[in-house]
Amino acid sequence: MYRYDEFDEAIVRDRVRQFRGQVERRLEGALTEDEFKPLRLMNGLYLQLHAYMLRVAIPYGTLSSKQLRQLAHIARKYDKGYGHFTTRQNIQYNWPALVDVPDILDDLANVEMHAIQTSGNCIRNVTSDQYAGATAEEIEDPRPWCEIIRQWSTFHPEFSYLPRKFKIAVTASPHDRAAVKVHDIGLILKKNADGETGFEVIVGGGLGRTPYVGPTVRDFLPKEHLLSYLEAVMRVYNLQGRRDNIYKARIKILVSSEGVESFRAQVEDEWAKIKGSGVDLPDEEIERIRRYFAPPAFETLPENSASFEAARKADPAFDRWARVNLAAHKAPGYAIVNISLKPYGKPPGDITDAAMEAVADIAERYSFDEIRATHEQNLTLPHVRKDDLYTVYKALDEAGLATANIGLVTDIIACPGLDYCDLANARSIPIAERISERFAAKGGEEDIGELKIKISGCINACGHHHAGHIGILGVDKKGEEFYQITLGGSGAEDASLGEIAGRGLSSEQVVDAVERLVDFYKDNRKGGERFLDAYRRMGHDAFKGVLYADAQA
Amino acid sequence: MPTLKLKNGSFALADAPVETEITLDAWRDGVRPEAGRFALVLPNDVKVEEVAGGLNRFAAIILQFPVFKDGRAYSQARLLRERYGYKGEIRARGNLLRDQVLFMARVGFDGFDVGGEKVEAFAEALSEFSFFYQPAPDGALPVWSRRAARRDALLNSRLQGRAA
Repeated sequence: MYRYDEFDEAIVRDRVRQFRGQVERRLEGALTEDEFKPLRLMNGLYLQLHAYMLRVAIPYGTLSSKQLRQLAHIARKYDKGYGHFTTRQNIQYNWPALVDVPDILDDLANVEMHAIQTSGNCIRNVTSDQYAGATAEEIEDPRPWCEIIRQWSTFHPEFSYLPRKFKIAVTASPHDRAAVKVHDIGLILKKNADGETGFEVIVGGGLGRTPYVGPTVRDFLPKEHLLSYLEAVMRVYNLQGRRDNIYKARIKILVSSEGVESFRAQVEDEWAKIKGSGVDLPDEEIERIRRYFAPPAFETLPENSASFEAARKADPAFDRWARVNLAAHKAPGYAIVNISLKPYGKPPGDITDAAMEAVADIAERYSFDEIRATHEQNLTLPHVRKDDLYTVYKALDEAGLATANIGLVTDIIACPGLDYCDLANARSIPIAERISERFAAKGGEEDIGELKIKISGCINACGHHHAGHIGILGVDKKGEEFYQITLGGSGAEDASLGEIAGRGLSSEQVVDAVERLVDFYKDNRKGGERFLDAYRRMGHDAFKGVLYADAQA
Repeated sequence: MPTLKLKNGSFALADAPVETEITLDAWRDGVRPEAGRFALVLPNDVKVEEVAGGLNRFAAIILQFPVFKDGRAYSQARLLRERYGYKGEIRARGNLLRDQVLFMARVGFDGFDVGGEKVEAFAEALSEFSFFYQPAPDGALPVWSRRAARRDALLNSRLQGRAA
């Protein structure tokens, strides 16, 4: 993991001191709320329906046990004993008092964390694959590049007042767990024909009001030029992006209105002029950062673990958890453990201080002190010995964290919705809870297989509904909550946008409608087809008909 | 309005600017000032490239922040300094917040159309950060370059230790 040196430390401490001064000026009345707003937003502090909300950055989703314990401490001391993991690998606290926020930021700085640029029209926290450094699929660990981007984008003097917020995601695997094609910039590490490593650069994807799957602007960028190329993209956007209409201000609108050819030509022209100007890091600095991400000291182990296999045979619940929540690790005898934050009938992504402590303890002992946050609002222990899996499972189970539903129908993404957010039109969490309860009671989740339900409480799409196999969008119709269904979206390597299925359903109807969709899929699937595959084969109308079956009856 | 001038890291209040202001429209109409001190007023939606050939005619270029959120002039200023080598004053005009002045100074602004009552707050804002990650026209050493310098110094002192 990356560790701060004296410079990183000084920058974060300076920021806390600066914000403490700003909060003092606000509390004394020297700043009005209007004047304070842009300052607090640059520090991830929102004013929500009932209280302030603080969004803390978890750069590329990587946490140490010490850091997670500090997040637990903050939840306990300044909040109501829980935190909420978001779809961008961050954590949010929903109930901090303004006067406490500088102290919270100090507590974060003590463990090399911050809330810098987690909101505002600037470059946000860079996100990545939660399996980075643990999966055999990847070309190389993408996290050194994420850290390079984190440093470069922190307080960038030219790009801190962009037309709109800006999100960058990086992956190095063919299997995209970071949703790179629906980000403002998506970077995919790959090798060219000569065996050199570089980036495919995707620009202008995004969800929100006008969703796009981003086009590839450069097929292969030599990796040493990453920062100069990013500066070229950012400069074209800063100068050309629309500022007259907040809904047309994201880079996706610029790329789409200019056309990808013209946009590419502008970026390449700009890049040619700044390539050699000292923006790119020297090799020694890239190496310095890379060294922090050296693989942990894996033991030499046989691929299979007899104790693991024996425990699976003896304990069916463990066997199911192992089938659903584990992923293959690159080192023989190790596994990647996914921890579901989607217990049945509970708000997705929420976790108590005690559960955070439990995960921190387990990670310290059994996962080389590392934890990852995922964009699907779960946690991951990246490096667990197969011999330890049963012990880890038992410890997770004791903490209420052994729900075996990763990637299944109850592993639902949902934004905070109208329960917290002042932008929302409708509640998201209760819908997620009721769908989860329904399928938990019904059983057969594993038989249904991979099915991604994503719920947003408004068109801003924080719940990624466009990218859900089944997407649910909350809308307000004359003061009543309605839910519009989209079908066939994906945020993975086979990215696509869901198609709207017609008029909205009431909150009463929506759970039944989802169940009918799933039953229809089960009745009609062929071979090993997932829901998404069956939808793509059979077409929108087939599924749409099922959705409204009860209304016609 | 008086102008705050930034020189060698500190602000001083200048009297009302003495330059005659030339608008972009006048420039486009062919006005090319010769004798005297002139300032060119550039809207933030033009490419600075358009006036690059005539920059040496102007003692100042005035760039605009119609609202604080509109950050196009940050790019314009950096381009004027880095790409077109402009050495005169780059003055910020419009909605200038205390907490933006550091970024403005970093990309090359050294004049600010604000009242004298802002001197103290602006000076404070300028000194809030000790280190920066990015190279920029203000010439501050980026962090990676400080790291390299520290590494070299460490290496040298070790070598000297061995020689002694």
